[in-house]
Amino acid sequence: MSGAAAMQTMSPPGDAGGPRSARPVRMTPARWGLYAFLAITAAFFLLPLWVMVVTSLKTMNEIRLGAIIAPPLAPTLEAWAKAWSSACTGLACDGIRVGFWNSVKILVPSVFISILVGSMTGYALSFWRVPGANVLFTAMMIVAFIPYQVFIYPLVRVFAFIGLGQSIATIVIVHTIFGLPTMTLLFRNYFSSLPIELFKAARIDGASFYQIFFRIMMPMATPMIVVAVILQVTGIWNDFILGLVFAGRENLPMTVQLNNIVASVQGEREYNVDMAATMLTALLPLVVYFGSGRWFVRGIAAGAVKG
Amino acid sequence: MASPRMSSRASAYSALLPAFIVLAVVYIGSTVWTMWMSLTGSRMLPNNNFVGLRNYEILFSNDRWITSVHNLAFFGVLFVAISLALGFLLAVAIDQKVRSEDSWRSVYLYPYSMSFVVTGLVWQWLLNPTLGIQKLVRDMGFETFTFDWIAHAETVLYCLVIAGVWHAAGLVMAIMLAGLRGVDEDIWKAARVDGLPTWRVYASVVTPMLGASFATAGVLLSTSVVRLYDLSVAMTRGGPGIASEVPAKFVMDHLFERANISLATAAATSMLITVIAVVAPYMYWRTRVAARGRA
Repeated sequence: MSGAAAMQTMSPPGDAGGPRSARPVRMTPARWGLYAFLAITAAFFLLPLWVMVVTSLKTMNEIRLGAIIAPPLAPTLEAWAKAWSSACTGLACDGIRVGFWNSVKILVPSVFISILVGSMTGYALSFWRVPGANVLFTAMMIVAFIPYQVFIYPLVRVFAFIGLGQSIATIVIVHTIFGLPTMTLLFRNYFSSLPIELFKAARIDGASFYQIFFRIMMPMATPMIVVAVILQVTGIWNDFILGLVFAGRENLPMTVQLNNIVASVQGEREYNVDMAATMLTALLPLVVYFGSGRWFVRGIAAGAVKG
Repeated sequence: MASPRMSSRASAYSALLPAFIVLAVVYIGSTVWTMWMSLTGSRMLPNNNFVGLRNYEILFSNDRWITSVHNLAFFGVLFVAISLALGFLLAVAIDQKVRSEDSWRSVYLYPYSMSFVVTGLVWQWLLNPTLGIQKLVRDMGFETFTFDWIAHAETVLYCLVIAGVWHAAGLVMAIMLAGLRGVDEDIWKAARVDGLPTWRVYASVVTPMLGASFATAGVLLSTSVVRLYDLSVAMTRGGPGIASEVPAKFVMDHLFERANISLATAAATSMLITVIAVVAPYMYWRTRVAARGRA
């Protein structure tokens, strides 16, 4: 399917040149090869999404008889309905909607608080000289690389000790903690690129630390906030291990519940329901990704410069 | 950065308070506690009976841990090498002024927006021997075709590599493409004046200039290797047998299922040391480069 799309895009012998060459390049065998390479790799990347969608629209009978990549003969949303409202995890058969709403409950405060704390930390680190700030920043950059397994057990004990245990509040704090390095870096780099005169002028006008932050810096940082929201929404939605450990049995996020639904087999596995549940879980990040376009790449680039 | 000496330093401290608490409690406190636990005889509950390095002796004679480490090394080398190679090739291909560049890029990058659980489950389904790709090819007439890697201990790791590369190659592509776009226009002009063929310019001039992009991508991929957990859990549950167990899963299982805190923390500390061994030289190199840039 993507092969055909590639053919169409390349059919008019275009003015596409070699890298940065001024002269137009005709459709040489080398360029055919180039497009063939792009098309074949694109097929590899698109195959799972295609299979996920078509499987979720089939009946189990059709899945057993037909080819995995074939489009559904009679598309049905039955598997989606079942995945959403009646798929089982263990004895509970309430569907993945439970996990969806748990994830929403975790996501909204986590994104908001992690960005607020991260941006404020980044702001304080870029405009204010505070003793110990360098140590703090270096530690954060190192910690961004360290596997969660190092921190998990002590954190479980700390949250038990302060009485939060496993709860929505706990998982929100945990997401804020582990989002802090990237968020701080993102905003520190952005604020550092702003002219210092802006800050000085506000100081002379008598604005306080927090007035400058909320009235001047945050409105200017709107593009960074968009990037941060994209990063945190996809990151927190896709989290598995932290939600598993810190959210508690009643608040398991969608990824964990998805894994439990697929794992708890009673009788024959229903691949169409599994794939519908998988698709439902992947939907939000996909919407964010395709909806945000280049912003997502900006987010990755900003997140990738850590260290 | 100027440092305005103003009065409301207290406000700055209040804003940094959460970060300092995290630094003290999580970064330093938890790490030290985890390392200390690994030197004690803690089982279901933590205790402070110092036992020296005994847990590490037990750990490194534990079959499952040894297998986990081997698996991680095997997966890591293949995953990083293939992702870097494929991502680089895709970036170079896209850099040839192809039509609808944005569409190609979105196709290669979209898997990176999805979770490892989703990735693992989709690939588990595709690689399913009874109903997946194997059946597809057999139904096309190749009745002896076999592609049941996921069901065999010797080949299951390749399945994790396929899924991992599918997830991450687009990220490498994005980083490399940014690097390629940063290459000075004059270098291309000079090479064209010299009559060098395009592939020669890439091989001998441009690729060596992309050192920083390769390092960034390599470090990002390597840290995701050490963190590998969700993919193994969702796709194979560590199986068949213990053939796709990984260190992160070893730690989690020993913490929460086998109630062996000291062994779990010894494993976690071993992971920490490995990461530092990878990241420290990279950080040092980054600092050096930054210092030279400023000079």
